[in-house]
Amino acid sequence: MSAETATQHPVEMRGITIRFPGVLALDQVDFTLRAGEVHSLMGENGAGKSTLIKALTGVYSIDSGTIAIDGVPRQFDGAAEAQDAGIATVYQEVNLCTNLTVGENVMLGQEVRKGGRIDWKATHAEAARHLASLGLQIDPRSPLERHSIAIQQLVAISRAMVGEARVLILDEPTSSLDRDEVIRLFDVIRDLRARGVAILFVSHFLEQVYEISDRITVLRNGQLVGEYAIDELPREALVTAMIGRELDDLTAIASTAHRAIDRSSTPVLRVSDVGKRNVLEPASLEVYPGEVVGIAGLLGSGRTEFVRLMYGADRAESGAFEVNGAAARIHSPRHAIDNKISFSSEDRRAEGIIADLTVAENIMLGIQARQGWRRVRASERDAVVAEFIEALGVRPANPSLIAGNLSGGNQQKVLLARWLAMAPKLIFLDEPTRGIDVGAKADIQKKVAELSEKGLSVVFISSELEEVLRIAQRIAVMRDRHKIGEVQSAETDYDTLIDYIAKGGEGSAA
Amino acid sequence: MKAFLHSRLVWPVGFLILLIIINSVARPEFVKVTMRDGELYGALITILRQSAPLMLVALGMTIVIATRGIDLSVGAIMAVSGAVALTIIAESDSPGAVSTVLIAVIVAILVSMVLGAWNGLLVSVFGIQPIIATLVLMLAGRGAALLITKGEITTVNSDPLAFIASGYLSVLPFAFFISVAAIVAIALVERRTALGMLTESVGINPEASRLAGVRSRGIIWGAYIASGAFAGIAGIIYASNIKAADANAAGEFIELYAILAVVLGGTSLMGGKFSIAGTVIGVFIIKTLESTILFLGIPSAQKPTFFGAVVMVVVIIQSPRMRAWMRKGKDGVLNTLIRRSAASKQAEEVAS
Repeated sequence: MSAETATQHPVEMRGITIRFPGVLALDQVDFTLRAGEVHSLMGENGAGKSTLIKALTGVYSIDSGTIAIDGVPRQFDGAAEAQDAGIATVYQEVNLCTNLTVGENVMLGQEVRKGGRIDWKATHAEAARHLASLGLQIDPRSPLERHSIAIQQLVAISRAMVGEARVLILDEPTSSLDRDEVIRLFDVIRDLRARGVAILFVSHFLEQVYEISDRITVLRNGQLVGEYAIDELPREALVTAMIGRELDDLTAIASTAHRAIDRSSTPVLRVSDVGKRNVLEPASLEVYPGEVVGIAGLLGSGRTEFVRLMYGADRAESGAFEVNGAAARIHSPRHAIDNKISFSSEDRRAEGIIADLTVAENIMLGIQARQGWRRVRASERDAVVAEFIEALGVRPANPSLIAGNLSGGNQQKVLLARWLAMAPKLIFLDEPTRGIDVGAKADIQKKVAELSEKGLSVVFISSELEEVLRIAQRIAVMRDRHKIGEVQSAETDYDTLIDYIAKGGEGSAA
Repeated sequence: MKAFLHSRLVWPVGFLILLIIINSVARPEFVKVTMRDGELYGALITILRQSAPLMLVALGMTIVIATRGIDLSVGAIMAVSGAVALTIIAESDSPGAVSTVLIAVIVAILVSMVLGAWNGLLVSVFGIQPIIATLVLMLAGRGAALLITKGEITTVNSDPLAFIASGYLSVLPFAFFISVAAIVAIALVERRTALGMLTESVGINPEASRLAGVRSRGIIWGAYIASGAFAGIAGIIYASNIKAADANAAGEFIELYAILAVVLGGTSLMGGKFSIAGTVIGVFIIKTLESTILFLGIPSAQKPTFFGAVVMVVVIIQSPRMRAWMRKGKDGVLNTLIRRSAASKQAEEVAS
């Protein structure tokens, strides 16, 4: 064992095996995290990324293998012990107290004490110092909830650094950030890297992985595929390594999706000047049968707000609705559902999945709610559930599992199943592919393309413009709570679209 | 059997059995049931009879709690219901007639439902926090009951009324049949229709349920109306038992015991998944415990203290932390422990 003397990396995991009943969650996985590097851990949902992180931070105990921290064999009993050893984790959902001040959050548990009492002045000064070291010039006395998610994310990192962390684990830190915020986060990460902090980065965004990482470790089905320097592994090779097969050619989707839509027919939905004060300037949109309309724009441009008003999730203050050519009243989700319109929210957890109910109950919820008290017959229920689990490829394909225990991608499929089971004519999909793995993402895009060919109309929101360009025929562009125009996807490309979003339609063709 | 050992009902059922065993060892007459004039008597029968009001209130409370709510006004609604019923009977020309009592009971239940609807209105339409919304009626209700009885304790002499709490149907107390009817009714409505699932859905995630088209407002409103109706029936049983409408004593603290029964039965105060069977067990635990306290001769002033102590122990034993400790402590059950933690690990794994 020369490793003990030769190199003493902050984290060295060797032959890590974790067994769950009937499943080998991790099988002899090696992982090395070096000081002053950003190391991305890649793999599909269920590949074992989270399990490996939890093995490292002591949330799980390992069945075999060794973990060495700075060359010293360690095994933590719980995240608190790992934290004491300088291993800090910042999760996707910010684990902070939004009702406390920024400073209180940064210094939580490490407040400066004087004579048994907390010296708030010194505590806040100390917090300000930590924030400043990450380039954050914000008042530590301001309540955390007043800041954006991005700032909260950075505050969480500051908090981790108060404990003098030498290993920082960032689990999907960018999933709710917009472009500028990501740039800011990456500046902080680079700065920490320069200070010698070892950073473990997990993200579903390949671009970001390539932008920030020095090294990539790929896992698949609990096994190590390999460790690569970033420039050794082109994107296509990474995706192939992750899913173990060539990704179905997504451009095939584009070629079928970019078909001509008959816009002389009656639109499924026509909204005219739908708006709400401080939420959305009056906007109009028409969606034709079998058409996929993308909505593009930055975070906060009013994409979600627009769709929520059209669905009745929020009540519009102005505007008119027309469904299949007839005037309609859509003031609540039930009105929309009565008009065969469905809406899948971007916030899967808070507005989608009913975590404690089963997969079957979640899928049936929409149908059941429409039907009221009268229970859907068991035979009918089983048939619908089986059909959609199969059609969408929900894994595990077990209808009696608790939905909250499924991975994000599979929860998304369950939600899609809920909406599709109601046989809608039009479906609003708000970020249906956010935070889910490459394979599930492709599945969902393919499903959308397939359904629209069969006549379903779709309004598709995504932060990933390539995705919008790929599956939509027409794209409505939003900016600053305005709909600024529409473009045909066949007549535009990524750069033109970005340009349009950025310039707000001035100068560019609408 | 295996499924039962893993269900949330293990602890409550185990504790109830333990209580019964302790009682029957300490006083063999506890389990003795005698037949007198074709009617059964004994400590167990008394528990069945006396548990009816709490059973009704706790069943209603279960549904309200499942919607993430709470109903503090049930005791006050009992007082109003009793006051309404007995005032009608007392002021009628024939207080002993079955028809009089029947009308009184129906009116009292309707009034209780209106009060429940008021709670539901405040919670589901005005969006007031349930604890505050029902606090209004908890305070105002007894005042209203006193207004109805003109500040007195209305007493009546009516055999049909007395029958409700003390009468026998065949060999068992009539009040017990009321309990059974309520349990069956609520189990049928919640579990044979989709209402139970929709109620849980609203309790687990109100916004997601709304977006899925669930009529959450109606479901929440309905829960408070049901709770009001059940409290109303409980109020009548109480009044029947003492043959009087005592606006101050009727249903005193019953909201707290009902919440306790629901929690003992394994339904979380966070709302969502609920267990009707659990609540039934919870009610019997509370009533058996009361009987035990009585038997032990604990001074009535100290009754709440003893009650609190026992409940504290039960709740601590049921707490997640305590269960984890107990699992760690026993080497003998190490294997089950490993298997179980592995199972929960797997659950987490699937989730991540």
